[in-house]
Amino acid sequence: MIQYKTIALIITTGILAVLPQFLNPYWVDVLNNIGIYAILGLSLNIIVGHTGLFNLGHASFFAVGAYTAAILNTQYEIPVLWLIPVCGLSAGLFALIVARPIIHLRGDYLCIVTIGVNEIVRIALINNVFGLTGGSNGIFGIDRPNVFGMTLRTPMEFYYLILAFGAVTIFLFRQLEYSRFGRALNYLREDETAAQGSGINTAHYKLAAFVVGAVWAGMVGNIYAAKMTIISPESFTFWESVIIFVIVILGGSGSIPGVILGAVLVVGLPELFRDLANARMLVFGAAMVGMMIFRTQGLLPQRPRKYTLPQGRRNGEGGE
Amino acid sequence: MEQFLQQLTNGLAVGSIYALIALGYTMVYGVLKLINFAHSELVTLGAYLGLTLLTSLALADRLGPLLGVLLLAVMVMGLIAVVGAMLDRVAYRPLRQSPRLSAVVSALGASIFLQNTIMLIYGARYLNYPHDILPKMTIHMVGIDVPLVRILILCVSILMMGGLFFFIQKTKVGTAIRAAAIDQGAAKLVGIDVNLVVLLVFLVGPALGGAAGLMLGLYYGQINFAMGWSYGLKAFTAAILGGIGNIPGAMLGGLLLGVVEAMGATYISFAWKDAIAFLVLILILIVRPTGLLGERVAEKV
Repeated sequence: MIQYKTIALIITTGILAVLPQFLNPYWVDVLNNIGIYAILGLSLNIIVGHTGLFNLGHASFFAVGAYTAAILNTQYEIPVLWLIPVCGLSAGLFALIVARPIIHLRGDYLCIVTIGVNEIVRIALINNVFGLTGGSNGIFGIDRPNVFGMTLRTPMEFYYLILAFGAVTIFLFRQLEYSRFGRALNYLREDETAAQGSGINTAHYKLAAFVVGAVWAGMVGNIYAAKMTIISPESFTFWESVIIFVIVILGGSGSIPGVILGAVLVVGLPELFRDLANARMLVFGAAMVGMMIFRTQGLLPQRPRKYTLPQGRRNGEGGE
Repeated sequence: MEQFLQQLTNGLAVGSIYALIALGYTMVYGVLKLINFAHSELVTLGAYLGLTLLTSLALADRLGPLLGVLLLAVMVMGLIAVVGAMLDRVAYRPLRQSPRLSAVVSALGASIFLQNTIMLIYGARYLNYPHDILPKMTIHMVGIDVPLVRILILCVSILMMGGLFFFIQKTKVGTAIRAAAIDQGAAKLVGIDVNLVVLLVFLVGPALGGAAGLMLGLYYGQINFAMGWSYGLKAFTAAILGGIGNIPGAMLGGLLLGVVEAMGATYISFAWKDAIAFLVLILILIVRPTGLLGERVAEKV
C-alpha cells in the first residue's frame, strides 16, 4: 500500500515537473493560477475544513500579504521573495488582532463578520489608507522575483516557483493534519463541547487555526504580487473569498487532494467554458449547485483516520 | 438640524428596505438554518421585473400612479415568490440532510447563476426607472420637506412588516412556522407539515425581497444586475445585527443599519460608508454575540 502511494507520488511529481514544457504560455499561466488558488484553498482548509470555522473573508489575509510585499518592495526596494516571511507575519498579526475579539462568535455570526472584515479591508485599500495603498488603482511596478541570480519573468519560470511552494505547503500541512494540533482542530469541529471537556482550549485553538491559515494566505499574497507586478483592491473582493471557500467545500473540506482537485475545477473549468463567453459564469453557478447536490460531502472528502493496532494485539489479545 | 432630519428620514426609508430584505434571510434561516445567499439576486430580479412590467403594461398611466404602483408591487411579489419557491426546490431541497456548508455553496452557486441570468437577459448596463411614475412632490413635516416616495416606502414597509408580524404571531400557520423554527422534529410529531412550512417561508421571504427590489428601483431610479449583492449584504448584516432567525430583530436591525449608514455617510465620511456599517456590526457583536434580540443559546451542531 505504501509502495503504491510512493509510486503514484513519484509519477505525479514527474508529470507536474515536465507538464509546462508541452503547453503554451497561456495554459501554463492557467496552471499557475490553479496553483495559487490551490495553496490559498489549503490555507483556508485549516480554518474551514479542519476547524469548522465559517470564514468567508479569506481574501483579506491574502490582501494584507500582497500589499505588504508591494509596499515594502516598491518603497524600500527589498527583494520581493525575501519578504515572504514578513508577508506571512503581517497577515498572521492582522488575523490575530481581528479574530481575537470575535473568535467566540457562533458559526453564521462569524461568517458575516469575516465578510465584513473583507469589505472593510477592501474599502480601506480603495480609500488609500495611510497614503500607502495607492487607492483604487493599486500599486504597480513590483519587482520580478530573483531566485539564485535568475529573474523570474515567464509563466513557466513562475510555474516552478509555485510548484515548489505548493510542495512545501502540502508537506507541512500533511504533517499538521496528523499532529496533535491537527487532531485537536478536528475534535473541535466535530464536537466543541466534548473537545472543551477533554481539556482543549477551544478559543486558543480556533485562534491558532485562523492565524496559521492567514500566515499562509499572506505568503501566497507575496507570490501573487510578484507574479502580477500590479495589485489592486479589486483582486481581493468578497467574490475572491467565495472562490477560495468554494474550492475547499467543493473539493472536499479537510482533504488535501480534495482541495487541490477543487482548485483545478473551480479555476480550470471556467477556462474550458471560454467559448460560452457571457454564459460562462451562468454555467459555472449551475455546476456549483449540481456538484453539491450530487456530491454533498465534496468530491474527495476527508477520510476517517485509521489507526492500526500494534502487531501482536490484533486478534483480540489486547484488552481495552 | 435640517440635514440631520433629512438624513434621518433617508436612513429610515433605506433601512426599511434593508429590513424587508433582511426578513427574507432571517425567515429562511429560522426554519432551515441556511444562509440563502441567492436572496439578494431575488431582490435584483424584483427590481428588473418591476421595470419590465411598468414599461410594458403602462400601469401607472392607466390606473393612476398610486394604484398602478400598488398593482405592480402585487404582481412583482407574486412572481418573485414563485421564483423563490423554485429556487428552494432546485437548489436547496436536495441538500436538506447534507452538511450545512455544502448548502451554502449551493446557495452561492444559485446566486451566481441568477445574477448572470439577469445579466444575459437585461444586459450589463444600468437601467433607469421612468422619472414620472410617482409624483415628484414633497411633504412638509417637522420643519423639513420630505419627498413623497420616501414616506411611501417607509409606510408600506411598516405595513408589510406589521402584517408579517401579525401573521407569524397570531395566526395558526404563523404558529406552525415558529414551531418548525424551534424544533423541526417536534413540529413534525405534532402534525405540522414542515415541507409546507418551508415552502411558505420561501414564498413569503422572496415576495418581501421582490417588493424591496421594486422600492429600490423607485427610490434610486437606477438598477443594475449586480446591485442585489451590496443591498443583500447590508440586509444580511441587518439580520445578524438583530439576531438571525428573529423577525422583530431583522426589522430593528434594518432600520438601525439604514440610519447608522446615512449618518455615517453624512457626518463621518461618504467613502467609508460601507465600512462604517460593518464596523458597527462588529462592535455590537463583540458586546452581544448573538445580536440585539438574538437568544442566548448554546450551539449544538
